[in-house]
Amino acid sequence: MGSTRLLLYAARRLLFIVPVLLVALFLTFALTRIVPGNPIDRVAGPYISVERRAELKHIAYLDRPFYEQFVLYLRDLSQGKMGTSYTTAQDVSKDLRQRFPATFELVTYGMLFAVLVAIPLGIAAAIKKDTWIDSVVRAVSVLGVSLPIFWLGLMLLYVFFFYLDWLPGPVGRTGTAVRFAQPITGFLTIDSLLKGDFELFWLAVKALVLPCFTLGFVAMAPVARMTRAVMVEVLQSDYVRTARSLGLPFRVVVLRHALKNAMIPILTIIAAVYGYALGGEVLVEIIFSWPGLGQYSYNALLSSDFPAIQGFVLLVTFVYMVIYLALDITTAALDPRVQY
Amino acid sequence: MAIDESRVIVPGAVLTAAPPVVGRFSDFVYQLRGNPATFAGLFIVAVIFISALIGPLIAPYDPYGVNLGDAALQPSLSHPFGTDQYGEDILTRVVVAARLDLLMVLSAVVASTVIGVTLGALAGFFGHYFDEGVMRSQDVLQAFPRFVFAMAVAWALGPGVVTVIVATAAINIPGYARLMRSLMLSVKEAQFALAAVAVGNSRWRLLWRHLLPNCLTPIIVLSTLQCGFTILEAAGLSFIGLGVRVPQAEWGVMIAMGLQDFLQGHWWIYTFPGLAIAFAVLGFNLLGDGLQDILDPKRRRV
Repeated sequence: MGSTRLLLYAARRLLFIVPVLLVALFLTFALTRIVPGNPIDRVAGPYISVERRAELKHIAYLDRPFYEQFVLYLRDLSQGKMGTSYTTAQDVSKDLRQRFPATFELVTYGMLFAVLVAIPLGIAAAIKKDTWIDSVVRAVSVLGVSLPIFWLGLMLLYVFFFYLDWLPGPVGRTGTAVRFAQPITGFLTIDSLLKGDFELFWLAVKALVLPCFTLGFVAMAPVARMTRAVMVEVLQSDYVRTARSLGLPFRVVVLRHALKNAMIPILTIIAAVYGYALGGEVLVEIIFSWPGLGQYSYNALLSSDFPAIQGFVLLVTFVYMVIYLALDITTAALDPRVQY
Repeated sequence: MAIDESRVIVPGAVLTAAPPVVGRFSDFVYQLRGNPATFAGLFIVAVIFISALIGPLIAPYDPYGVNLGDAALQPSLSHPFGTDQYGEDILTRVVVAARLDLLMVLSAVVASTVIGVTLGALAGFFGHYFDEGVMRSQDVLQAFPRFVFAMAVAWALGPGVVTVIVATAAINIPGYARLMRSLMLSVKEAQFALAAVAVGNSRWRLLWRHLLPNCLTPIIVLSTLQCGFTILEAAGLSFIGLGVRVPQAEWGVMIAMGLQDFLQGHWWIYTFPGLAIAFAVLGFNLLGDGLQDILDPKRRRV
């Protein structure tokens, strides 16, 4: 398998994203337009002149037929403009850029936590199949898929903030009103260290603990479950038996032979869980007042902010598809049997 | 005919879905006895169904009995789960809400099963352009993260019970279509399908009487598991105000009411409805996992 072919495959898949995104965008567009009433009337309120109202509708293209609106939106999008948000009065692309780092940091640490806990748990359960370890892992994973994510967040807040007062309450990324300077990477935990501001670092870490755990706990369950199921199967396979009979240490057999072969289904479930996390993340942000994309989209829905809703769905769908693309490319690179 | 005969007659090369389930009750009971987790799941689901059926009759108070004199009382003997900020008994509301939640979830799951299975079966059976068309449309639906799509649909339709049903059903359709298509692709190559054609069954009869029944086991398992996920999603939509609204007794709405009183420390307002959700979802998950073991001949107890 040449790396050139892999690159070509990646490029082809990347091209395929465009039509799907277009259709997805059209669907979102259609969804926003079936809502009765003109959003400008709602946003502007009653104390505004008829002329000004018409002008605002004209600026937002809302005085035109549906298909023209869509074409104009696409034209603006090709110039990097996503339309002016009705609530923040700046271009949606700027809104999204400002809020993306908060969400990215939360989801990254949450998923990292989930994967780093789930894979060892799944392997342990598979090795110690039908023992108490297996039962505990099974219980944790069943629990993880059964708990409502927003309720779990609330309960954790009650215990660790309200009752024990160990961690900050639901007030965003630092838990205090600390203002922070221009971002470098957008990750508060990394930026604060780069600037040598250990106090801010500590605040950021403390504020991240609960939302990340909430997201991670729910995301962990399916990954642990899949890891266990695949590892059980792989450990019974002929090549693992052969490797063991050759006298290789058990640790090497598990990590190098078995896990490598189990990686594709595990990666697949991680990608699926990532998609779930992108949705569940909205609920987590609402609970923890996290100033990210989830909050933004929620407020956009509540205020019928069409450009903001479209921009959010476009971005999230794009991210989601890129994750699946990365998955397919990794699978192709890992598995020589995959034809591409 | 869509069947590739050269593949069918090779012995051992034929992939088939699970054979039809023998509907013997005593065997089912036997299987359940060897599987306490499944039994627990069945028990929980039964409890939810019973409270949905007779909840309003056995509940101690009126679920909408606003009584500001008894607002936000801690759990006590007369109010085991406490009361909310309107003085409504939370135990009563948790029990009564089972009916609405179950109604929404079952409607959504049945709707998505029927639509998804039909689409998937036709796509797998007829193939070609129809298959392409169906599967590409499912690709687009799956391009959205599930909950984000549900939120957008729910918002566009406006709050209400029907909205929750439509939004949660819509996100589940692609899963069924995909599963059904792959089952159909394998089952239509099976020997019994060829035999059914050989004795003169029409295409439609082959599809509905011979192929479809042989794909049902995985569909039943998926639907059971899907009930659990749908409870979470329905409650999530109502929690953020896009589904059912206050003052309706619904688990997600009740947690949202608790959130309003969070800083007063009234933990019981949101704790018990959340436990009810977790309990119900756990039940459907355990039952779904168990059914997988029971209905799959390779994993059955003998």
